[in-house]
Amino acid sequence: MISFSHVGLNYRRAGSGVANAVALDDVDFEIPEGGFRWLTGPSGAGKTSLLKLMYLAITPSSGRIDLLDTDTSRLDRRGTALLRRRIGVVYQDFRLLRHLTAYDNVALPLRLARRKEVQVRADVSELLRWVGLAGRLDHRPEELSGGEQQRVAIARAVIARPSLLLADEPTGNLDDDQAERLMHLIRSLNRLGTTVIVATHNQGLVARHPAPVLELHDGRLTRHG
Amino acid sequence: MAKRHASRADRIGLRAAMADRLLPFMVAAMSFLAALGLAGSIAAGALATHWLSGAQGLMTIEVPTPSQPIAANGPLRQDAILTLLQATPGLTDAHLMSKTALAVLLKPWLGAAASDGTLPIALPAVIVVHSSGKAPDAAALGVKLASVAPGTLVDSGARWAERLAALTTSLRASAAAVLLIVALVAASVVAVAVRAGLSQRREAIEIIHGLGALDSDIANQFALRAMRLAATGGLLGGLVALPVLAWLGILSASFVTNAPAGGNSLIAALPPLLWASPVIFTLATALIGWLAAQITVRGWLKRLA
Ligand SMILES: Nc1ncnc2c1ncn2[C@@H]1O[C@H](COP(=O)(O)OP(=O)(O)OP(=O)(O)O)[C@@H](O)[C@H]1O
Ligand SMILES: [Mg+2]
Repeated sequence: MISFSHVGLNYRRAGSGVANAVALDDVDFEIPEGGFRWLTGPSGAGKTSLLKLMYLAITPSSGRIDLLDTDTSRLDRRGTALLRRRIGVVYQDFRLLRHLTAYDNVALPLRLARRKEVQVRADVSELLRWVGLAGRLDHRPEELSGGEQQRVAIARAVIARPSLLLADEPTGNLDDDQAERLMHLIRSLNRLGTTVIVATHNQGLVARHPAPVLELHDGRLTRHG
Repeated sequence: MAKRHASRADRIGLRAAMADRLLPFMVAAMSFLAALGLAGSIAAGALATHWLSGAQGLMTIEVPTPSQPIAANGPLRQDAILTLLQATPGLTDAHLMSKTALAVLLKPWLGAAASDGTLPIALPAVIVVHSSGKAPDAAALGVKLASVAPGTLVDSGARWAERLAALTTSLRASAAAVLLIVALVAASVVAVAVRAGLSQRREAIEIIHGLGALDSDIANQFALRAMRLAATGGLLGGLVALPVLAWLGILSASFVTNAPAGGNSLIAALPPLLWASPVIFTLATALIGWLAAQITVRGWLKRLA
């Protein structure tokens, strides 16, 4: 279960005369285990900020966040790292390792979890084939198109079967066909029990895959359900 | 899989991040200096032990105007002292140094006059005696002897040994300080190289961190690499130091033994500890590299998030 209670987030803006920028204000919601949510709202509404809190990149200025039945305020460094391993993230800007091949990028979560190399090979090859990158295993990110990079990022996010999958605009660089394949992959994971939150501007996608929506406006939750 | 993939050991693709080729050479230079420091300390210790074993238990007694009688019709001063020494418990093997032996000792200072009897001053008699456990100490003996033949001086090896021991201690302390400083400099060299690697890979480390890498996952990658580079340097420095140490060993061997240098003395000249120096330096620098990298990376990661 994911639970936000009265969560506020102010980015500290060092050196600026402006008061702290309020990114999120009194955000309050719960998502049951295995749930699926769309996260929508205009640009700058706070979608990425909300996801950052969930993938433990930042801590809230106020309120309490529970992730996968863990009170995140009580985590030490090691606990934070171990919880992160159960959360798959597709970043808005991909965040692939530039010096590693597509294969090695996708293999990272498995290697961090110290899986056997034979198993890594089987899983990574299969998943990359599934997202249509069978012929791109040895390519570095700079040798891939935007859409291909996005698919590598998606593969890396789901390879370790996370309990929670967070995707920030995962279809931004994909054509409709690829976007549908991706949604199919995400929904399969969701059916297997992974809780999923997908931030998107793509209203068509939301319409084709009906699910409860979290909608943000200026850092406030204006719709939940 | 194709060979472009990260190697099995380089699970998170950070190994290549510290490609500092200069590091082994800097560590090698440090190891070389450390080996010299260590050799100095060992040599000082060996020489001191040797000299001490000769000096300990030996007393030298000087009797001025030895050929005068202690009283009218009495024995000569030197004979009276000799008799007294022979009767003192704990003192053995008291003997007068011959005139020629004395002349040989004094020749560097007095020239030919020391031996041809043309010296304008009367030389004191020198008596050498071995002392064991129950012998009186030099001061007490001196008082006793002076009461028989005024002006007699007792010089025990003890005072000299004390000064030698103090010298050895300070030499050892200096060598320890040199070793410590060299170790710290080596650690700093490693830390600088690791820091360069960290900032070069900052983005990658942030991403890996986000994927749930533990501090130890990241620190171990750097530490392993730093350990290998530093150990290579340690081995190199230790090996280069060997011939230099052997040469120093031969030089100092002539003080310790009377055997002429050459042949097997090359092996004999080096204490076993120095023969092991390449191994010791490899292990020590490996440890320094590992620790310095661990501390540097973990500190850096704490500041990162
Ligand atoms: N690191 C930061 N420091 C200061 N302000 C920030 C920072 N990151 C985001 N903000 C501000 O917080 C607000 C919310 O940003 P956020 O990135 O969460 O929006 P978003 O909904 O993801 O937008 P988009 O749809 O364009 O991705 C914005 O006003 C943004 O300028
Ligand atoms: Mg965003």
